[in-house]
Amino acid sequence: MTTQEWKFTAKEIAQKPDLFLSGHRACAGCGPAAALRLIMKATRGPTIVTQATGCMEIVGSIYPYTSWALPWLHTAFENAAANASGIEAALKILSKKGKIKQEHIDVIALAGDGGTIDIGLQALSGAVERGHDFLFILYDNEGYMNTGIQRSGGTPTGAATTTTPAGSVNPGKLEKKKPITEIMLAHEMEYVATATPYYWKDMLTKVRKGLEVDGPAFLHVFAPCPRGWRSEPARTMEYSKLSVESCMFPIWEAVNGKRQLSTPSKLIALAPQKKKPVKAYLEGQGRFRHLFTPQNSHILDEIQRNTDERWNRLLQKCEPA
Amino acid sequence: MTTQQIKQEIVAMNGDEAVALAVKQCDVDVVAAYPITPQTIIVEKFSEYVANGEVQTEFVCTESEHSAMTACLAAAATGARTFTASASAGLALMHEMLFVTSGSRAPVVMAVANRALSSPLNIHGDHSDSMAERDSGWIQIYVENAQEAYDSIIQAFRIAEDIEVSLPIIVGLDGFTISHTLERTDVLPEETVKKFVGERKFPMVLNHEGKTVPFKLDPENPMLMGPNVSPNYYFEFKRQQEEAMRNALKKIQEINTEYAKLSGRSYGNGLVDAYKLDDAEIAILVVGSTAGTLKVIVDQLRQEGVKAGLLRLRTFRPFPVEDLKNTLKNVKILAVMDKSMSPGSLGAAVFNEVRNALYDLKQRPTVVNYIFGLGGRDSSPRDLKRIYEDLIRLAKTGQTESVHYLGLRE
Repeated sequence: MTTQEWKFTAKEIAQKPDLFLSGHRACAGCGPAAALRLIMKATRGPTIVTQATGCMEIVGSIYPYTSWALPWLHTAFENAAANASGIEAALKILSKKGKIKQEHIDVIALAGDGGTIDIGLQALSGAVERGHDFLFILYDNEGYMNTGIQRSGGTPTGAATTTTPAGSVNPGKLEKKKPITEIMLAHEMEYVATATPYYWKDMLTKVRKGLEVDGPAFLHVFAPCPRGWRSEPARTMEYSKLSVESCMFPIWEAVNGKRQLSTPSKLIALAPQKKKPVKAYLEGQGRFRHLFTPQNSHILDEIQRNTDERWNRLLQKCEPA
Repeated sequence: MTTQQIKQEIVAMNGDEAVALAVKQCDVDVVAAYPITPQTIIVEKFSEYVANGEVQTEFVCTESEHSAMTACLAAAATGARTFTASASAGLALMHEMLFVTSGSRAPVVMAVANRALSSPLNIHGDHSDSMAERDSGWIQIYVENAQEAYDSIIQAFRIAEDIEVSLPIIVGLDGFTISHTLERTDVLPEETVKKFVGERKFPMVLNHEGKTVPFKLDPENPMLMGPNVSPNYYFEFKRQQEEAMRNALKKIQEINTEYAKLSGRSYGNGLVDAYKLDDAEIAILVVGSTAGTLKVIVDQLRQEGVKAGLLRLRTFRPFPVEDLKNTLKNVKILAVMDKSMSPGSLGAAVFNEVRNALYDLKQRPTVVNYIFGLGGRDSSPRDLKRIYEDLIRLAKTGQTESVHYLGLRE
């Protein structure tokens, strides 16, 4: 990867034609849709996109319409990375045989948390192990929102979903969120990063860096879902911001395994008093409403404790600022 | 059949090796596969070609058959000629993607070294695996020996990639009986095969920008493939697949004829392969390698004065209804052999479809089913001859049950 830093400016982004076009069927305040539109602004040339089944797949591909101003492929749920493998292998050999005009075509695979962390993990791990040249972007809205808000391996502790409802015995999801980026880092990938659309320049830079890698790269994008989180559509970007400020979702990048906090998270590391309590992030989200009751206050404490522990572990894993 | 014009090399190969060699000669762009017995020799042999630089192919050793089929589909969508091989549990794991691949009209070619399905675990040959995929929208051709495996793989690329067909295709070879058995195989020169197969062609389709463009993922002509389709349109997509299958009926025959001119070898009309059937009163219909043994038995019976015949069903999908009616209309009693089961059904897949196809004939043969060879159970010439003997007896008594099991302890 080159060391060049990309400076994406608001003007440049506004002027660049959209590749993920308006008119798609995403809900008002959809975090993943906003993220996706921005992400596509960071592409660097001819690109093929492939998507796992999920919200962002169906909203842009309703026949006979398309929201995609580039070649795009969907085949199934668990195999976005296998799609990318096939596309990349084809591009490689067809290029060698002189059957492709373009000097290079980037391949981006997109999947939600279900299509990445749960059902898509095997294909993803295999494709990364084989070293295909592609960028895998996980848009994480922490549940199976497309099928009606069921829990996934990406759903956080305490969240109520339709398969982990807040009942008289169980207060939402009992288990922890699967640490997908740690799993991807264990693959010894050249580039792994986390991002969220509120910090859009940071996110776009990471998309571009991932594309620059000659091999597999992984980007975990945290994207609020008003329908699934039972949050106000107007507050999507606020939750995107609060997820970082509360250290629920710190943003960082790891180049060849060397991990560095990105500026918003780095500032909190340098000035811990700026770190917001998880309550600031959780409140207002209907999926956590049941935690704000006296009998469940211990769960809020547990979430705070786990978040602090994860954050401290992360600080130890990061290179000194 | 015309006389041979091209010098062919005689090579001793098993069926798997014959498949690998055919794939090599067809200049395939992407092979994505996962090992499984009894297919593994195909990918092993092909790996040697890759390792020695004898092919210009991206060989993707995927982490599962599901990803193998996915990668083939995606590579085909990107414009590549693609191949994979599988069997049994591997084919079952691909099940979801088989439907997606045919629905996406991706001309993937797959060799299936037919093998039993678990449980209980069994690595030996029967047709349970690909018969279970008969509604997946794939063309299915079953071969009789290694020579036909070689020839059929070459033909398969032409059939699948024909723009009026554009469907994926399975070439089934009996596990171990064909896949692992050394046979004499005549091999065409590589240049002859390359010329016969030609460059991959693409159907021209109207894209969202109103342009007519080749049907593939191409940044110059952006296209969305794999859309989300409402009840308003889905049915028509499926009907088009049926139409493509009808086209395949014709193309398989044309390509069989064209290939015969080149190689001196043809397999019936490409759909069905009849043996001493013209005046036959009793006959067997079979799929795969068992036809070889049955021909010997037909010869014996003919010497004994019995009007016995044989029909090998080579193409199971598309199902050649008219050819079956034409070739079997004068037969009095027909035994259909099935190397798979459909528990709870009246007989197995081939029997059901053959009897169904013959139903519309005014005068039709009595059709009975023999289920045989499951999990690699051997069917000796003596066992097979018993079927004809049963048919002779049945011709006299006129009474029978529809479904019989051959070589089974009960």
